[in-house]
Amino acid sequence: MNGIPLLTLLTVLPLVGAAIALLSGRHARAVALVTTLAALALALLVWTKLPADGSIGLLERTAWEPSLGIEYHLGVDALGALMLVLSAIVTLMSVDAAHRVHKQPGLYFALVLMLESGLFGSFTALNFFHWFLFWELSLIPAFFLIKLWGGAKRGPAATQFFVYTMAGSVALLLSFLAVFLATGNMDFGQLGALAASGSLEKMVTAHLGPVMMGLAIGVLAGFAVKVPMAPFHTWLPAAYSEAPSPVTMLLTGAMSKMGVYGLLRIALPIFGHQIAQIRTPLLVLAVVTVVMGAWAAAAQKDLKRVFAYSSVNHLGYCLLGIFALAVPASGLATQTSQAAALNGVILQMFNHGITAAALFWFIAMMQERSGGERWIDHFGGLRKPAPVLAGMMGIVLFSSLGLPGLNGFVGEFLIFRGVFPLSWIAATVSILGLLVTAAVILTVIQKVFTGPVLEKWASFPDMHGGERLAMAPVIGLMFLLGLLPQLVVDSINPTVMNLLAHWRF
Amino acid sequence: MLAWTIYLSFAGALLEALLPKDKPALARWSALAIALAGCGLAVLGFAAGVGHGRGVIADVPWVPSMGIRFTLAADGISLVLVLLTGLAAVAGVLFSWNIELRTNEFFAFYLALIGGVYGVFLSYDLFLLFVFYEIAIVPKYFLISIWGSTRREYGAMKLALYSFVGSAMVLIGLLAAYSSSGSRSTGLVQLAHAGLPVSFQMWAFPLVFVGFGILAGMWPFHTWAPTGHVAAPTAASMLLAGVVMKLGAYGCLRVAMGLFPHGMDPWGFSYLGIGSWRDVFALLAVIGIVYGALVALVQSDFKFVIGYSSVSHMGFVLLGLMTLNQIGMTGAVLQMFSHGIIAGLLFAIVGRIVYERTHTRQLAEIEGMHLSKRLPFAAWAFVIAGVASMGLPGFSGFIAEFQVLVGSWSANPWWTGAAGVGIVVGVAYTWRALQLAFFSDAHPVAHIHEHGHELAAITWPEVAGVSMLVAVSLAVGLYPKMLLDAIEPAVKAMLAGGGQ
Repeated sequence: MNGIPLLTLLTVLPLVGAAIALLSGRHARAVALVTTLAALALALLVWTKLPADGSIGLLERTAWEPSLGIEYHLGVDALGALMLVLSAIVTLMSVDAAHRVHKQPGLYFALVLMLESGLFGSFTALNFFHWFLFWELSLIPAFFLIKLWGGAKRGPAATQFFVYTMAGSVALLLSFLAVFLATGNMDFGQLGALAASGSLEKMVTAHLGPVMMGLAIGVLAGFAVKVPMAPFHTWLPAAYSEAPSPVTMLLTGAMSKMGVYGLLRIALPIFGHQIAQIRTPLLVLAVVTVVMGAWAAAAQKDLKRVFAYSSVNHLGYCLLGIFALAVPASGLATQTSQAAALNGVILQMFNHGITAAALFWFIAMMQERSGGERWIDHFGGLRKPAPVLAGMMGIVLFSSLGLPGLNGFVGEFLIFRGVFPLSWIAATVSILGLLVTAAVILTVIQKVFTGPVLEKWASFPDMHGGERLAMAPVIGLMFLLGLLPQLVVDSINPTVMNLLAHWRF
Repeated sequence: MLAWTIYLSFAGALLEALLPKDKPALARWSALAIALAGCGLAVLGFAAGVGHGRGVIADVPWVPSMGIRFTLAADGISLVLVLLTGLAAVAGVLFSWNIELRTNEFFAFYLALIGGVYGVFLSYDLFLLFVFYEIAIVPKYFLISIWGSTRREYGAMKLALYSFVGSAMVLIGLLAAYSSSGSRSTGLVQLAHAGLPVSFQMWAFPLVFVGFGILAGMWPFHTWAPTGHVAAPTAASMLLAGVVMKLGAYGCLRVAMGLFPHGMDPWGFSYLGIGSWRDVFALLAVIGIVYGALVALVQSDFKFVIGYSSVSHMGFVLLGLMTLNQIGMTGAVLQMFSHGIIAGLLFAIVGRIVYERTHTRQLAEIEGMHLSKRLPFAAWAFVIAGVASMGLPGFSGFIAEFQVLVGSWSANPWWTGAAGVGIVVGVAYTWRALQLAFFSDAHPVAHIHEHGHELAAITWPEVAGVSMLVAVSLAVGLYPKMLLDAIEPAVKAMLAGGGQ
């Protein structure tokens, strides 16, 4: 199969699906389901074809616009491939959840598939220009999905989301233009090599003066908005709660990972040295993200906002791991910790994607049954009329809480295991986030599922067969990854080692 | 073989969850069968394991890249506590026989809790131990918040939050030990032999000891215990007092003391006679003994009396551990077993036998009901449990507390004196509760007509449960050697090995 450009195929497939969906009207969801299933199969195929040494494989490389340093350059290592699988799973879940789209279903599913293509493209691109194209491409369908199908305040939420992310993107773009002016190069691999040898900073300084730190901050800002990191997170609660739940699944499950992925693929290799220099303030922001996210979730009354802030908290652990490991390796112990943290970050990306998407899926189910109700205090005693929904959502909630035996625990544990020796203060303070999250989730369970059944929910329909069937593999995956994390760790560990070997702080 | 106690309980939990919900009898009998099988395995494992030192049961890589292994092993201490768990599990099922609300779910959570407890007692890998410890928190929460009584949601949440705070402290200690040991292993034996720096042990020890101590009801972190016990359904309070508090004490012993023995070294200065973390925790233990007993003396709610008495009795466990000598620590482990049985019995009588019939736990109201005449079985059961709890010779509690007192005398006579006060108050509160609940003449017999309905007859599971627990307490009281043979070598090994 060497001759088949798998990654290009994967990226184009959803676009083809989108075109068909657009034309197929009310059958659009069926088209989207078939397309996303095929995409998942392809993504899994990519996962099996990774090089064993953890380097970037499945390369495709063609000149595109050589005078501008632009190449069509694709490839994935285990990090990229895992994100492809995650995007495929989350998009499939989202399409599955969106069975109540009556307004322009053709356009809706076409946009979802375009978004999927944007995700695939940005997780496989190895050239800045190419990558940026897909990064922006994914933004546009997300904007329209919020704007056209969102809740009451969808207009301002969509605009805020767009403006924030755009501002971040502009900062990113300007930084890379500067890098291009200095080096004439836009290839991540080559820029990374230049940075590791120390000549990147020299070249930039020679051309533009001492702006390297400014460029690093610009790039960081672009990703910080996307992840998001405090204080750039303020767009998120509005966007997550106004977007229709299936779209929120995509936003939190897959799109937020573009930011973390960008930090790993772009920021750390190229600006690792600068990040190491401002590591302390970045760590402070990461800890603030973790703790503030959890506290803010505790203060919310709207289920969607609770999980929106709890997503901020969970991605905060990724930031914590990433910034903590940005220290010059001074020995075997440091390397071990860095490897643990990075393994944890990548696992956490995947686990949070699955778990958060599943949570918002459950919210979608609850809204369908309750006529759009999301207020925690208005629920109560749902276990009685809907035991299966309560049980399955309970498992997902506990996965989000980080209970051992479920997927959420493993990533967080590895992050803490790695961060602790690198910055014990940051790790210890962040444990507060774990505690508050636990309290938040238990409160949600208590208020929504236990207690007396309110009269209006007495006939709250339970999950029907199709929904159970759709959710069962997701929950199975949570247990599988929780009990046998080595299934993924063994595959990503070579890539982790490979990445760390190429980074210079 | 012992590993199957864990697998069997979790499989049982799964089975219960899948049982049809309209067949409560099926759920009960299957839960009893699973608990009995687990108990049988525990007994057999105990018999096979006594006198053989530490036996490794299972040891396979789990997350190889992190040095995490699935290691199960049992020394004498683990054996005794596994045995306790097996017995308490059976008794708990018997005293839950009247649960009608979602019976199968109740037993599913119940067996999951039991599985987690077995897991903690058998884990010889710190990570694995932590995993089981966390897993045990969740079913506890649901058992209380769904099937509990007085302020159950408050009690459940408080217990869960205290547990989480405790495990967060343990987690910090775990990560710190792992990273400063330099060995790429989370095995308890490997960590104990890693030669952790004394200065590190000095701060890790109190952190982890308090983290586990929270669940052991250590004063002043005990406040979850009375509210949690009172809110919990009977079987859950039996398990909470009977085995879950032992998880905490076991963690203090196995992890805090086992991994960081030098954390108990003198600081080099002393203030008011307190010169080490050991003195601090011994002091807290003694305060817990006396405070728990005094508070129990003035409770108006019958179940709160037992709840606070648990704080007092667990103080003996912690004091025994802090003696750091053979007899005191042996006493502490024996006290864990003994209190597990006796507290289970007391909660069963108060929560199941009495409350389910009187529908009140207020001593002032029960006083007029003349329960000794109307429920003679309950009265006599409480007399026996009460004297066992007071520490009368012939019952398990006597040997255990006596050993702790002897051990503490050689460590610090002041501790013994104060703990002795606790014993005296213990006699007083038990006597008061007994008097008020069963043998009061305060109101005329005519008062009965206000509560005119006949009290339901005692059922066979209640008789079976009470008989079993009384028999165990008596057997251990009369022939403690059967447990001491297991405990003593294990304690000796811990004291000698500077850890595991």
